[in-house]
Amino acid sequence: MNKKIKFNTKNLDLYYGDFQALKSINLEIYEKEVTAFIGPSGCGKSTFLRCLNRMNDLIDSVKIEGEIIFEGQDINGDIDVINLRTRVGMVFQKPNPFPMSIYENIAYGPKCQGVKDKTQLDTLVKESLVKAALWEEVKDRLNKSALGLSGGQQQRLCIARAIAMQPEVILMDEPTSALDPIATAKIEDLMSKLKKDYTIIIVTHSMQQAGRISDKTAFFLMGEVVEFNETPVIFTNPADKRTEDYITGRFG
Amino acid sequence: MEAIKRKKLKEKIIENIFLICACVAVISLLAITFFVFYNGLKPFVSNSYSLWSFLTGVEWRPGSNLYGILYMFVGSIFATLGAIIIGVPVAILTAVFIAELAGSKVGKLIRFAVELLAGIPSVLYGVFGLGIIVPYVLKISPMAQGESLLATILVLAIMILPTVISISETSLSTVPMEYREGSYALGASKIQTIFRVVIPAARSGIMTGVILGIGRAIGETMAVMLVCGNPIAGIPTSIFSQIRPLTTNIALEMGYAAGVHQELLYSTGVVLFIFIMIINFTVNKLVKAKVGS
Repeated sequence: MNKKIKFNTKNLDLYYGDFQALKSINLEIYEKEVTAFIGPSGCGKSTFLRCLNRMNDLIDSVKIEGEIIFEGQDINGDIDVINLRTRVGMVFQKPNPFPMSIYENIAYGPKCQGVKDKTQLDTLVKESLVKAALWEEVKDRLNKSALGLSGGQQQRLCIARAIAMQPEVILMDEPTSALDPIATAKIEDLMSKLKKDYTIIIVTHSMQQAGRISDKTAFFLMGEVVEFNETPVIFTNPADKRTEDYITGRFG
Repeated sequence: MEAIKRKKLKEKIIENIFLICACVAVISLLAITFFVFYNGLKPFVSNSYSLWSFLTGVEWRPGSNLYGILYMFVGSIFATLGAIIIGVPVAILTAVFIAELAGSKVGKLIRFAVELLAGIPSVLYGVFGLGIIVPYVLKISPMAQGESLLATILVLAIMILPTVISISETSLSTVPMEYREGSYALGASKIQTIFRVVIPAARSGIMTGVILGIGRAIGETMAVMLVCGNPIAGIPTSIFSQIRPLTTNIALEMGYAAGVHQELLYSTGVVLFIFIMIINFTVNKLVKAKVGS
C-alpha cells in the first residue's frame, strides 16, 4: 500500500488571541482513507479540522503559524481560498441546509462557481443525491424546502451538497452528534462508501464511531496530537499511556 | 382568613389596573375610527356631496364647492412608490453593510447615525427639504417652482431609511451563523453568501421593515407639506409636478374649514385610513405567501 499524502502539516500552531489552541501539530493525512480525530472537548480537534479549509478565517482573533501542505502547496500562504474550499468540502456538526429547496441546496455551490446550464445542474443534483444515498427518499420533492427533511436526511443533504462540488477531501465535524442511532448508522455506512472516491477527515466524540469507520486515528489532547496511527493499533495497542487512559474511559 | 381575603382583593385590583391600561389603546383606536368615519361619511349619507365626484374629481376648490381627491390619491401613491423605490435599496444595502461588512467600530458609528436620523422631528426633514432639496430640484426642473413630486420623494426616501435599516439589520443579524459557514464551505464568496443566503433568509424581517416604511411614507404630513407644493388641482404628470397628498390636504385646511368642507376633510381621512389598511393587509399576505412556499 503506497498511498499519496493529501495533507501534511508541519509545526502547526494556532492561537485564539493569547490562548494557544494547537501546539506544533505534525500530521500526514493520506488520500482516500478515513482519518478520525478523537479527544475530549476543547482539545483542538475541530479547530485543526477548520484549518484545513481555512474556515478559521471567519474568526478575527485567530493567528496561525507553521505549514499546512495540501497537494504540494502551503494553504496558509497567499492562496485562492475559494478554490481551496471547492476542493476541500465540509460537513458541520449541526445539519445546516439553507432555507431553500432541496434542489437549490445542492445546486448552490456549482451555481456560485458559475455553472448555469440547467441539464448540467440537473445531472449534478441527481448524482450527488444518489452518492449521498438520499435520492430515493427525495426524488419526488426536489422543489420542496430542505427544512422539511428529518435531521438525518438534512445531514445527508449537506453531504450531497459537499459532493456536488466534486471535492477531493470532505471534512466532517462531528457529523452525527445531533442524530439518532439509525440516522448515524446510515451516515457511517455512507462514509465507508465515499472513501473510495474522497479523502475523509472526521472529528468525532464517539470512539466506537472512530473504531468502526476510520483507517487512521489521531488522539488530540490539550492542543497536541498525542498519538497518530492505524486505527486498530490506537484502539488495541496504544503507545502512549494517555491514549490508553482515554480509550478505556478513564477520563474524557 | 381576613388577611387572605385582603390579599386576594389587592391582587384583583392590581389585575384590573393592568386591564384598564390595556383598554386605553383599544378604546382610542375605536374612538378615532368611529369619529373619523362618522364625520367623513356624513356628507355622502346626507347627500350633501356626491361620493363619486369626491373620489374621481381632480380639483379641490372649496370656494366653488368642488371637492375632488383623485389627484391627491395619485400624488400620495406616486410619492410613496418613489420613496420606496429609492429608499428601500439604499436602506437594505446599508443594513447589509452594518450587519455583514463593516467592522464593529464603523458599524456602531453608522448604527448610531441611523438612530439619530430616526429621532429627528419630521418638521425638520421638511425644513431641510425646503432649504436644500427644493432649490436643487428647481435648478433642473422645467417648472417655475422646486416644490414637487421629486422633492417629496427624496424627503420621504430619507425619512423611511431609519425604519427600514434598523429592522432589516436586526433580521440580518438573526440569520444563523451556520448558514454563512455552510455557504463559505461550499466556496461561495462573501458577496455571494450575502445575496444568495443571508438576505433571502432574512426576507420576512426585511419585508416587515418595508411595510413600516410604506406606512410612514403614506402617513407623513408635516415634512411633505413643506416640499410638495399643495396645488388645488391636477393629476401629477411628471416628477416635477406639484402634488397634494391626502395627509397634507387635511392638515392644511382642517383649522378653518366648516360644514361640508370640514366633513369632506374627514372623508379624506377615511380614504387614507382604508388605503393604509389595504396596503398593510396585502403586503402582509404577500410576505406570508412567499415565506410559506
